[in-house]
Amino acid sequence: MSLASKTPLTAGTSRLISLSNTMPWAFAALFLLCLPFVFQSNSALTIMNQMAITIVFALSYNMLLGQGGMLSFGHAVYMGLGGFFAMHVMNMVEGGLWLPLPLLPIVGGLFGLIFAFLIGSFSTRRAGTVFAMISLGVGELIAACSVIIVVFFGGEEGISGDRTMGPPVFGYEFLTQQEVYYLTIFWLLLATLLMYLFSRTPIGRITNAVRDNEERAEFLGYSQRNVRWISFCASGFFAGVAGSLFAINFEILTEENLNLATSGSILLVTFIGGAGFFVGPIIGAVVFTLLQTVLGLHTELWSLYLGILFVSCVMFFPSGFAGLVAMHRRPFALGKLHLLIKPYLKAAIPVVTSVLSLAAILEILFHKRHGYGGDHEMVLYGIAFDSSGYQAIAMAAVIAAISLFLVSRILPEIRAAWDSANHAESRT
Amino acid sequence: MNAPAIELRNLEKSFGLARIIQGVNLKIAKGERHAVIGPNGAGKSTLFNLITGRFAPTSGGVFLHGEDVSGLKPFEINRRGLSRSFQVTNIFSNMTVFENIRCGLLWTMGYRYSFWHMIGRQADVTEKADEILAQINLTQRRNELAGTLAYAEQRALEIGITIAGGADIILLDEPCAGMSHSETDLIVDLIRKVTEDKTLLIVEHDMGVIFDLADRISVLVYGEVIESDTPDVVRASARVKEAYLGASLEEEAM
Repeated sequence: MSLASKTPLTAGTSRLISLSNTMPWAFAALFLLCLPFVFQSNSALTIMNQMAITIVFALSYNMLLGQGGMLSFGHAVYMGLGGFFAMHVMNMVEGGLWLPLPLLPIVGGLFGLIFAFLIGSFSTRRAGTVFAMISLGVGELIAACSVIIVVFFGGEEGISGDRTMGPPVFGYEFLTQQEVYYLTIFWLLLATLLMYLFSRTPIGRITNAVRDNEERAEFLGYSQRNVRWISFCASGFFAGVAGSLFAINFEILTEENLNLATSGSILLVTFIGGAGFFVGPIIGAVVFTLLQTVLGLHTELWSLYLGILFVSCVMFFPSGFAGLVAMHRRPFALGKLHLLIKPYLKAAIPVVTSVLSLAAILEILFHKRHGYGGDHEMVLYGIAFDSSGYQAIAMAAVIAAISLFLVSRILPEIRAAWDSANHAESRT
Repeated sequence: MNAPAIELRNLEKSFGLARIIQGVNLKIAKGERHAVIGPNGAGKSTLFNLITGRFAPTSGGVFLHGEDVSGLKPFEINRRGLSRSFQVTNIFSNMTVFENIRCGLLWTMGYRYSFWHMIGRQADVTEKADEILAQINLTQRRNELAGTLAYAEQRALEIGITIAGGADIILLDEPCAGMSHSETDLIVDLIRKVTEDKTLLIVEHDMGVIFDLADRISVLVYGEVIESDTPDVVRASARVKEAYLGASLEEEAM
């Protein structure tokens, strides 16, 4: 990331990036470079690639939701269209067009940008409900088109391509999952950096201003529509980049990549992570991908848990995981974080057991109802038992009740510790 | 060019059948401090909203420095050198005080929709913003969230945002509403200071402020200007007494 640090800029700008700002990026890059040495299997690399794609997509979504206050129900449109165009270009490369694979995300990004420009021209006129409704309508429209226009979208089975047909880049032909991983994280870092920098520009700041108070912003000389439109286009570009990365990784795109379910899940991801924070969508994407892939291996109910997580997030911690962490900044600044450690540790075991036992109840019920052809043998948390009787579910219920009771007993202690950790000795 | 800073020609505005502004003619010279007074419901806020582009007039025109701006959007009018404050405090509560002022500066200082500058690295913007903070006595509060300021400080901040862009016509909508006497004195001094050499149009209920500050006063009653003259003339006018001061005396009696 040091390439930009010495670029002189005009208008009183000393340096684009200072050393203290560069460090977190350098650490992130180093961390991502080393990850494949820890997780070497192809499936782990695939999960990490998927995570990276979701991060880029979620960050681009948060340019709308978090920074611009635009609640979009159709953001998958830009990822999907970017991805489909990238896939077609990939197939043109197979036919002889010269384009190294690492540049493909630019192509997808530009198509995302073009469609965001066109659709944004009318959808960004108003914020709030109007914007949300238009995004939903456009999302449904494009999803419907993707089934109808078979030539372009490939109908039910989608379109596929071969990423290895392009000219080799420094001898790499992207045959292995590892090479694709490095290509993906290169774009992950670049896109994240650019989106971060975007939030620190005048237009980025005015986007926040329009989100908070569009009327005041208009009386400062800004057209609220243009401000939203520009953010929308930038967001569309990065969604297109994410779509291209998807095309490169999976070599197939289907209607699923631009339908409303995908749009909905990226809203979930961003919200769970914390829309008010730049890192929020990153956390959300990591949590989501782990739920989807790792938890998805063990249970068919993973999307139910995701839904429960989302609802409890909306109800109990609306600023997301990032918000939960950020809440502790004040105790930390006051040097009182240690007051919270003991009650947190005390609560940890009952919280974990209540989550696990509640999940067990759901799992047993699900197994009872949907177990294959009278198969009552069930293994949960390494314990084998018969799911048809009532003993197992009763046991889980008892454990859940006891754990929840303990949690409720510890809550006041946490609350008291929280209050004292948040108060300076002499209140100002 | 000697065109008045603000000119209203036969300005009318109806909402359905209700005629709120009924043919207002008004000329406000450059550099003048002009006040609009009138009983509640006289149409003062509507008049402001017509001049600033929040509403489009039903008929008639608004002219700034001789240029017809009727029907333009607020941001287009703002770019022609007019800025306003609001009756209900209207600031960016989730941003710091400094950030609020900076947002007011970006357009006129040429950074506009820029995505190729890093915010916070524009020495000229930072310097200007700090200058304005000093003017409105909020330097101490520079890095606090605007929403956490005391009410009077928020009002001062709003005036700061309003003047930040360097507009030469300033409209203030009840800047002293809800303030104590000492706070009012401070804010009046502030208004006098920051609108020097500028055209000021102000709506205010506090008569002390009006007669202290204004060069000329227009009295608006039921959407019509019944008097527009110097404070002394307005004070002595029988029509004004009957229509406005009488009403306010009644209000006080209630």
